[in-house]
Amino acid sequence: MMRARTLLESAWSRQLLLLAAALAITAALVALAGRSPLAAGQALWNGAFGSAWAFSNLWTKTIPLLVTGLAITVAFRAGFWNIGAEGQFMAGAIVAGSVGTWSHWPTIIHLPLVLVLAALAGAMLAWIPAWLRVSRGALEVISTIMLNFVMLYVLSWLVHGPLQETSGAQPIGNPVASSVALPRLFGGGTTLHAGLAIALSLVLFAHVLLERTETGFRIRMVGASPRACEWAGVPVARTVMRAAAISGGLAGLAGAIEVLGVLGRLFDKVSPGYGFTAIAVALLARLRPLALIPAALLFGALEAGGSRLQQDADVSQVLVLVIQGIVILATLVVGLAARGRE
Amino acid sequence: MEFGGLLEATIRITVPILLATLGEMIAERSGVLNIGLEGMMLTGAFAAFVGSWLTGDPWIGLALAVVTAMALAAVFSLFVVRWALDPIVTGVAINVLALGATGVLFRALTTDTGTVLVASFPEWPLGNLARIPGIGPALFSQNGVGYAAFALAPLVMVALRFTSPGLLVRAAGENPDAVEAAGGRAAVVRLLATLVGGAFAGAAGAYLSIGYSDTFVENMTAGRGFVALAIVVFARWSPLLAVPAALTFGLAMALQVRLQGHVGPGGGVPYQFFQMLPYVLTLVVLAIVPRGVAGAPAALARPWRRSR
Repeated sequence: MMRARTLLESAWSRQLLLLAAALAITAALVALAGRSPLAAGQALWNGAFGSAWAFSNLWTKTIPLLVTGLAITVAFRAGFWNIGAEGQFMAGAIVAGSVGTWSHWPTIIHLPLVLVLAALAGAMLAWIPAWLRVSRGALEVISTIMLNFVMLYVLSWLVHGPLQETSGAQPIGNPVASSVALPRLFGGGTTLHAGLAIALSLVLFAHVLLERTETGFRIRMVGASPRACEWAGVPVARTVMRAAAISGGLAGLAGAIEVLGVLGRLFDKVSPGYGFTAIAVALLARLRPLALIPAALLFGALEAGGSRLQQDADVSQVLVLVIQGIVILATLVVGLAARGRE
Repeated sequence: MEFGGLLEATIRITVPILLATLGEMIAERSGVLNIGLEGMMLTGAFAAFVGSWLTGDPWIGLALAVVTAMALAAVFSLFVVRWALDPIVTGVAINVLALGATGVLFRALTTDTGTVLVASFPEWPLGNLARIPGIGPALFSQNGVGYAAFALAPLVMVALRFTSPGLLVRAAGENPDAVEAAGGRAAVVRLLATLVGGAFAGAAGAYLSIGYSDTFVENMTAGRGFVALAIVVFARWSPLLAVPAALTFGLAMALQVRLQGHVGPGGGVPYQFFQMLPYVLTLVVLAIVPRGVAGAPAALARPWRRSR
């Protein structure tokens, strides 16, 4: 009896409960659309676990969600509402799809160069809304979303123009050089690539950064109580800008990893919305870097499974967005329940 | 470039943005930052399409849009006003939810039918005024929602400034504790203001789907809700200034479509630069409006809970 109650009151079992609720509401929407929730569930399952390829695809989709999820985590912890991970992801992808195509460079120089430049590109893109907020009081929610749109068209212009493949046949970039292409981990046409190792190291980096360093402490403090920071002499503006830059850098890295590991070149649509899904991932993980791994796997499974929804259950893939929205709302309610007990 | 056509396009693009801006202003003046505006517009657009399709009557479509968007605003209020939860996270969730739900339902409805064209709002030309060359067709031959958008701007101003409900709304946005001290209920005022804002957003969405087009397209708001959020700042929370502010954006968007048509690929500026124009303009506006301008409600976006 006691054990059941502690289980129910533990934060993580509440997360599971809210997931179940989210799935139930989603099933209701599928039924409302006149489709079978069971078939939709089966399609999702098959898309994620139905075959070796599907299972590797699940992990492949988890990588960008993990890294953009880290980006959101660092920003949200600082109270910087970065909704622009999608645009920052594109910035990193553009760097990888351009600098990454240079040939005759040794991997040991080329790969770090691409990754560092991609992180810088993402950081610079996140720095703009942070600066607008700090110096102009402009809501970063609006400015980051505007920058997403700007990047969408910048990317479209680049693949139709300056960065278009040499033959000019398709609106896509040239393939990245073999010196930077991330190797596939398994054979048989499966997609899981060495970017997983980078992603997991980044999780560790973010965990140490947030929990073990002074910068991390300041980031958490600024997020928890900016006013207390002013009293305690913590530079709020500088900390917010630093957190935003780290966040953008991580999202930029995610974009580069996706191009180097999965796409192999720049495309018009490099992301199906990883930067937005990352928000649900990060909130489900309660903004804890290590907890991002299961949360990203879950949404990676939904992303992989979603690819079968249309074909197997005649349900639009955007159903996954509904699950995201409900998960975010449910995390808020769970937080509220926790507040009520204090 | 013909002036009349450009003016007409400007007005048509401005109307939904203006409506959403006015609604958001009412909510923000009461202290509620409605980040879910985009989702409420999109939901309104979809509901209007469904209503008009099912009944053949665009006005029922409008009513359905208003009611549905208000329902979404009620959910938003439950989280943000009643439970004092974060308006940004809540708003992001509402937007994602609206994008997903309208997408799933729209595709389910139209898989077998292909593109569905539905009845849209009839145009009401104002007699001889509509025959003035150039500006006549653009200004005086709009549909009811179009006229209403421009008429509502002064009405909202008067309501906020000179009526007692308007005073309560402004008081809730400046100092909710003062509302309570005067015997009012700040949370109720904020809830109602958010609901009215939701109704405006629903009408704005209806204008998108059954106003200047006659069908629904997935994600057809394309960030207009966020543009409206920026215009509120640009117009300094003044309903009257919202008209020129929204028109500026309408003109930028109309120009973007035109310039795209006139500058072919291979000649001059790439069309993507025109497509990003409204979004860049929003950023520029955010950059030039100085911090702490007069007009921002003092208690805006501050979670507030009644003290016992």
